[in-house]
Amino acid sequence: MNTQKIHWFKFSSPQNFYFLAGRMWPWFAVLATVLAAVALWIGLVMAPVDAQQGQGYRIIFVHVPAASLSMFVYLVMAGWAGFGLAFNTRLSGMMASALAPTGAILAFLSLATGSLWGKPMWGTWWVWDARLTSSLILLFLYLGFIALQSSIDDPRRADKASAVLALVGAVNIPIIYGSVYWWNTLHQGASVTVKGASIAPAMLWGMGLMTAAFWMYAITMTLVRVRAIILDRERHAEWVKHAVE
Amino acid sequence: MKKLGLFGVMAALLRREVSVALRQKGEVLTPLVFFVVVASLFPLGVGPESALLLRMAPGVLWVSALLAAMLSLQRLFATDHADGSLEQMALSSTPLGLLVAAKALTHFLLSGLPLVLMAPVLGLQFGLESRSLGILMLTLLLGTPTLSLIGSIGAALTLGVRGAGVLLSLLILPLYIPVLIFGAGAVEADAAGLGIGGHLSLLAALFVLSVFFAPLATKTALRISLE
Repeated sequence: MNTQKIHWFKFSSPQNFYFLAGRMWPWFAVLATVLAAVALWIGLVMAPVDAQQGQGYRIIFVHVPAASLSMFVYLVMAGWAGFGLAFNTRLSGMMASALAPTGAILAFLSLATGSLWGKPMWGTWWVWDARLTSSLILLFLYLGFIALQSSIDDPRRADKASAVLALVGAVNIPIIYGSVYWWNTLHQGASVTVKGASIAPAMLWGMGLMTAAFWMYAITMTLVRVRAIILDRERHAEWVKHAVE
Repeated sequence: MKKLGLFGVMAALLRREVSVALRQKGEVLTPLVFFVVVASLFPLGVGPESALLLRMAPGVLWVSALLAAMLSLQRLFATDHADGSLEQMALSSTPLGLLVAAKALTHFLLSGLPLVLMAPVLGLQFGLESRSLGILMLTLLLGTPTLSLIGSIGAALTLGVRGAGVLLSLLILPLYIPVLIFGAGAVEADAAGLGIGGHLSLLAALFVLSVFFAPLATKTALRISLE
């Protein structure tokens, strides 16, 4: 065993990364649980009642982290996809396809919590607000990526094709967001804004910690999922037989 | 053999595509008929009040045009892929990006342009005024080439894939949203007495961007599909 230095490229091989991910994910899972528990306690117990929205605003502690992370995960996914196209590494494509379901779930969660929040606050489940609409489109982009990936049988080709799609999507996201904002101001002028009064420090802490918890959750799920993908793709390899015994 | 310049190759390719398409007239006419049928369904669905129809007209016509243009996208590369000529094109010395651009141009000529010419007739049925009809045609003329270019990425990605048709729409429709917003928005903005310069500039900007990037992405996607 080489003891001088860590060879980072060592982990670009799916086999080595499988074991590294196996050692890493329990830590991230523990962090996610602890952070989420603390954030929930702050959010549900410590944070004061909002002056305008009463108790109902507390869904913000799930809504904002989900919404922000759903956008970020797409960028990370596109980054892995571009890396895979440029350097022709196998693991990159697997990472991109491992991230996609988590991103889609987060996008869906942000829409679902948003509409649950909208009903008591705005009196409606859904408005064609620019922010809501662009989250919906983001969900569509995730679904397109997953659909393309799952309809191509050859995994290498599936990785590359969906990588092109992810990059095209990443280039388009700013354009789509910009046009949706333009469209909304044109249609209904000033629309509902989520900003209430000034935010209490406890609310800020709750949101920050919950965002960190969501990050840890996303990393955990991606590592677990990429392990499953590696096993599935390398199932004919000798080491897999030993690994799952 | 005579050696063709880049433009010679492009012209030859255009001639070929157009003559192939004209021999199968159904391929040109079906999306056009689809456009008319879809646009005619809306009044049946929402009721015949002319004020409501007038309000909806730009959006309805644009969405119908979008769907019609998408319908013919599947065949953009499929037949050439099936008979092997696409591989020959990919192997030739002419840049594949140029061939892809020529393909997108023919798609616009054969499915976008007929929509532009048909739109005013449908617009009349919705009670649009002649000024709005002109703007509708102008935005479609600016927007449908972008649709063909972006669509070619989807067509290349779904080449030879199971359930390519439905998949193509799932991949491409979200990317069409900006074109739809500015295209239909221009007609509405003009009807509301606002300027449309911004809309038209943005449509043109989207076109220029897609001229630059779409052939690149389509080329990469085609190489992946042909591997």
